[in-house]
Amino acid sequence: MRHFIFFPPEASVYARHVDWILFGLLGVSAAIIGLVVALLLVFGIRYRRGSRAPRGPLPAWVSRDVEIGWTVATLFTFVFIFWYATASFLTTIGAAPNALEIHVVGKQWMWKIEHSNGVREINELHVPIGIPVKLVMISQDVIHSFFLPALRIKQDVLPGRYTSESFTADKTGTYNLFCAEYCGTDHARMGGSIVIMKKADYQKWLDAQPGAENLAGQGRQLFVRLGCAGCHFEKGHRRAPDLAGLYGSYVELADGRTVRADDSYLRDSILQPKRDIVAGYAPIMPSFEGTVSEDQIFELVAFIKSYSGDAETTQ
Amino acid sequence: MSDAVLDDTSLPHDVSTFDKGYLGDGHTLRSWLLTTDHKRIAILYALTLTIFFFIGGVAIALVRIELVTPAQDFVTADEYNRLFTLHGIIMVWFFLVPSIPATFGNFLLPLMIGARDLAFPRLNLFSWYLTVIGGAFTVYVLLAGGVDTGWTFYTPYSSIYSNSHVIAAAIAVFVAGFGTIATGINFIVTTHTMRAPGLTWFRLPLFVWAMYTVSVVIILATPVLAMALTLMMAERFFGVPIFNPQGGGDPILFQHLFWFYSHPAVYIMILPAMGVVSEVIPCFARRRLFGYDFMVYALVAISVVGFFVWGHHMFVSGESPYANLVFSFLSFVVAVPSAIKVFNWTATLYRGQITYEAPMLYAFGFVGLFTMGGLTGLFLASIPIDVQATDTYFVIAHFHYVMVGGTVSAFFAALHFWWSKITGRMYPETWARFAAVLMYFGFNFTFFPQFIMGWAGMPRRYGSYPPEFQIYHVLSSAGAVVLAAAYLMPLGYLTWSLRWGRRAGDNPWGATGLEWQTSSPPPTHNFDKLPTVERAPYDYHPEGYVETGEAARTIEASQKGGEQE
Ligand code: HEC
Ligand SMILES: [Cu+2]
Ligand SMILES: [Cu+2]
Repeated sequence: MRHFIFFPPEASVYARHVDWILFGLLGVSAAIIGLVVALLLVFGIRYRRGSRAPRGPLPAWVSRDVEIGWTVATLFTFVFIFWYATASFLTTIGAAPNALEIHVVGKQWMWKIEHSNGVREINELHVPIGIPVKLVMISQDVIHSFFLPALRIKQDVLPGRYTSESFTADKTGTYNLFCAEYCGTDHARMGGSIVIMKKADYQKWLDAQPGAENLAGQGRQLFVRLGCAGCHFEKGHRRAPDLAGLYGSYVELADGRTVRADDSYLRDSILQPKRDIVAGYAPIMPSFEGTVSEDQIFELVAFIKSYSGDAETTQ
Repeated sequence: MSDAVLDDTSLPHDVSTFDKGYLGDGHTLRSWLLTTDHKRIAILYALTLTIFFFIGGVAIALVRIELVTPAQDFVTADEYNRLFTLHGIIMVWFFLVPSIPATFGNFLLPLMIGARDLAFPRLNLFSWYLTVIGGAFTVYVLLAGGVDTGWTFYTPYSSIYSNSHVIAAAIAVFVAGFGTIATGINFIVTTHTMRAPGLTWFRLPLFVWAMYTVSVVIILATPVLAMALTLMMAERFFGVPIFNPQGGGDPILFQHLFWFYSHPAVYIMILPAMGVVSEVIPCFARRRLFGYDFMVYALVAISVVGFFVWGHHMFVSGESPYANLVFSFLSFVVAVPSAIKVFNWTATLYRGQITYEAPMLYAFGFVGLFTMGGLTGLFLASIPIDVQATDTYFVIAHFHYVMVGGTVSAFFAALHFWWSKITGRMYPETWARFAAVLMYFGFNFTFFPQFIMGWAGMPRRYGSYPPEFQIYHVLSSAGAVVLAAAYLMPLGYLTWSLRWGRRAGDNPWGATGLEWQTSSPPPTHNFDKLPTVERAPYDYHPEGYVETGEAARTIEASQKGGEQE
């Protein structure tokens, strides 16, 4: 580990971009503070008591025109900075398609990370260089925040709701990972590192991990074990809707609304099935609140996402 | 320094400060604790807040000691969390929010508008008792083992998970909040109904305008804090699911309520400071405040727009990106009137006759540090920058520049400026100047390194941290030692001056406000004959500046003191 840091490493194009905004702001601020300090000094010295500088009164119009002048100038400068800083932010709304999805569960006081191929790690996040990564995150207890300074990103991790952050790293190395939202006793220890690796090294690393079934496969086992299959794999789907191809589609609900089946919708369907009832079905699905952990929900959701209807034929 | 004797000749030499004016009006404890004199209540507040300022200071001193080394080795993690929480709660609600309004506002508002007291003198005393009761709860929390939620009380940590005295701490803030509301109501009614004949709204000193606008913000914002805390307590105590998602609640709702109060609270803390500086700078520049009307509009604009920017505290909370855009834009807009104020203070110096007594030095410090704080606020209003900087030491540095560099500097400016009015004595000028300069350097020494480490990623509320940040923490802790010394000095020399300070005349600065027209210290009824006002405020004249009478002699004396260096 380094023993001194002046400026944080930049491990993505985005990070470098943010730094340019920072430099822009630093430039403008330096100019403004320079102006204020210079005026304070110049006036302060020139008009010190007893100096010979002229003291006549100012004509009345001076005050008003000057006032309007610098109000307008400041407004323009500030709106310009707003635009300059925001333009780049707008492009980051919405993640790249086909991003590598990694699941993050925050809990007092550790980060549990699940890769889609079933590899798990704690307080460490391994990612390959050059591939867009999307972290889908949730907390099991209080609010945490997943902070990667080298990538200039931070996102609060909430209980009860998915949030996400995306990045494409372009510099290998090991960088800080912090929890940035105060979460109790060991908040300061709730961190570790992000390891950004060359694609080949990343593959090697993956292969070296204890062989686990991929997340969807684990989800499928769980689906059977928890009894979901009893209703949802039933032939003809009279009792419960077919889950094949559900992810990303639009679902008609009993109350007439139509919603998109995204990660949050699937999660809510499992924990609060009474909230969104699918049109044409009786609300008989029990809630699994308290029975399944957030990690297991990630697995179930991964399974539902990947499921294409093969169970009909096999059962 | 040259000690020209300017004793008030109407009194024998050995009459103590405490026998004159309102101070001489009773010496029993009862005469203080049951007083309805706004000036005595101001003193009660000042003593109370000073005690809390030092408790909050001790808490942060322990924090800064812990942070000298990267490991968690001086206190435990739980103790550390309780220390920074205590520091935050005390400094925000038991120092900064009431600081200038409850002490100087209380003392000066009636004097500045030519009234005999506030509109509701007993309500005023009641406000102080509420603050004390709130303070008692805080002390209870401290003795019982502390609270560890951070001053922000974020749910569901505070409402479900924390094992500390959350309820008592919330009650403390809740009760003190009502004390502030009562003061706000009192100030508003007083300003509306009790102004001296001829004192129209646009003849009010800016300090009065600041007290007025801050009072409006207080009575609109503080109830929302009370609601947020009540809901949080309802969830914690009765299990009513409001913020906890496991019961269907929304933890972010708390943040909206909290910041809907706490962003305006930033202005509750800074507007009074702006008021003070707007009094001090014209007086020591001997010049009318530049752009008086615009200064008033700026105060009003800040108070109004300040209510619509709270979302900038929540850019990474999962708030909608489009909401973020709006909050970001409005945050830039609210910075404009603050910038205007800085320009106006600076322009007031133009063609002045400037002297540099301690209040002026503090006011200069204020302008510099507040500008730094305001500009770094623009960084945080920019979404991509905020994403990196929020919840790091960058934010800590930013708001300390505004709250400590700004408000506390202004508090000390006010303390020195009106010290003679309050006590009838002058403070020792050389010491005061030294403390002012020391405070300025100590402050920058403490907080500037925090910008750098914050951007580099050092999160806030960490009792242990990676070693690459150590150098900045060491600098910061060393600076804190200097700053602590600079805060302790006035405690010493001001206390000294109560007994041995040079006697001040009624108007040692040759200032124009009505408060300077009565004696120092003022009589209980403030004015023997209520003044009438015929002119705009800040009627200073820099050209061929000659002062007559006692005021001139005082200024001459302190002037010589200044120029001997
Ligand atoms: C008792 C039968 C039953 C069981 C057991 C059951 N479900 Fe359901 N499920 C239903 C019914 C009926 C619906 C449709 C009505 C509704 O939305 O509540 C449904 C709806 C859903 C939906 C929304 C489907 C859509 O088309 O929008 C999902 C996702 C889902 N279930 C997942 C699960 C999972 C995962 C499990 C196991 C943890 C499970 N279900 C267990 C009966 C069941
Ligand atoms: Cu944390
Ligand atoms: Cu704010």
